[in-house]
Amino acid sequence: MTVIEAPRSRARSRTSFEMYSWIFMRMSGLLLVVLVLGHLLIMNVLDGGVQRVNWGFVAGRWASPFWRTWDLMQLWLAELHGTNGLRTVINDYAVRDSTRFWLKMLLYTSAFLVLVLGTLVIFTFDPSMK
Amino acid sequence: MTLVTLKIRRYDPELSEDAFWQSFEVPVESGDRLLDALHHVKWYLDGSLTFRRSCAHGVCGSDAMRVNGVNRLACKVLIKDLGDEITVEPLKGLPTMKDLLVDMEPFFDAFRAVKPFLMTSGNAPTRERLQSAEDRARFDDTTKCIMCAACTTACPIFWNDDQYFGPQAIVMAHRFIFDSRDEGAEERLEILNDKEGVWRCRTTFNCTDACPRGIEVTKAIQEVKRALIFHHT
Ligand code: SF4
Ligand code: FES
Repeated sequence: MTVIEAPRSRARSRTSFEMYSWIFMRMSGLLLVVLVLGHLLIMNVLDGGVQRVNWGFVAGRWASPFWRTWDLMQLWLAELHGTNGLRTVINDYAVRDSTRFWLKMLLYTSAFLVLVLGTLVIFTFDPSMK
Repeated sequence: MTLVTLKIRRYDPELSEDAFWQSFEVPVESGDRLLDALHHVKWYLDGSLTFRRSCAHGVCGSDAMRVNGVNRLACKVLIKDLGDEITVEPLKGLPTMKDLLVDMEPFFDAFRAVKPFLMTSGNAPTRERLQSAEDRARFDDTTKCIMCAACTTACPIFWNDDQYFGPQAIVMAHRFIFDSRDEGAEERLEILNDKEGVWRCRTTFNCTDACPRGIEVTKAIQEVKRALIFHHT
C-alpha cells in the first residue's frame, strides 16, 4: 500500500503568487498573440517576406524605439510565459522533490541567460558594428 | 440472459504485494447495472471480492470505481453501455486497501480543510435563515454532490500531487462561498488561494466528465478562481 502524506497540512504561505502567475499567463498570452502574429506578418509576409531580412533591415527597424520596445516586450513576455508554463509542467509531472528542484534550476538558469542576452542585444545593438 | 466478462483488478495485501487481473464470466439481464454483476461475483463466484456499496441507487456515493478507464458509480452505469468485456479497477490516486476498496481519508481531509459548514456571526435567529429563490439558485449545482470522489480521482493533477485539494473540495467550498447566508467566503477563498488550491487546476474537464450527479465541476472551479480575482461572491 502506498502511503500518502496527510494532505494540505503544511504551513500555508499567505502570498497570492499562484494567482498572479495564473493571471499573467492569460494576459501575456493575449498580448503575445498580437505581438507574435504581427512579428511573423512583418518578417515573413509583407513586402518581399523573409528574403529582404538582413543586417540593414534589422538596423533600419531598430532605429525606431517603437520596434525595439515591441521586440523587448516580445522577448520578455514569451520567455516568462514559456518559463512559467514549464514550471507548472514540472510541478505536475516531477515525482521526486530533488528532480523537481534541479529541473527548475535548469529552467530558471536558461531563462535568465536568454533574457539577459536578448535584452543586451536589443539595447546595445549598433548598426555600424563590424 | 447474456454472458459478459468482468476483468477486475484484484489486490490483497495479506496474500501478496502485487495486484493482478482476474476475469469472471457473469450472466446478466438486459437492464442490469455493473453493481448487479459485481454482486453476482461476490455472492456466487468469489466471496473474497471486496468493494463498497450501500444505497445501490446513486445516492450515497460509496461505489465509485474506474470502469473501462473512467470513473463511474457501479450502481448507476448499465452493463449494456459497457460492452462484453468490462474492466473494473479501484479509484486512482487514493491508496488501494483491498480489491476495489480505497482509503478515502486523504479525500475527506481535503473536504474538511475547506470548512464545509455554515459560518455565521452574531446571534442565531429564532427562525430559519431565509433566502430568495435566486440566491438559492446561485449554488444549486454544487449542493448535489454526494462525495463519491469520482471527480478528484479522475483528475490528473491529483494523481501526481496528492496535496492538491482536488475538485470535490472546491465544489464543496463553492457550495458555501456562493451561499448568501454564509459569512465564511473570504476564509474559504483564502484557503483555496493556496499553492495546492484552485490555481493547480488545468481545466482538464475529467472531473466534469466523471461526476455521476452531472455537476459542472470545472465551471464551479472557474467560478471560485473568478471570485478570488474579482473579490465578489
Ligand atoms: S462533485 Fe460529483 S464526482 Fe465529485 S464527489 Fe461530488 S458527486 Fe462525486
Ligand atoms: S451504492 Fe450508493 S451511490 Fe452507488
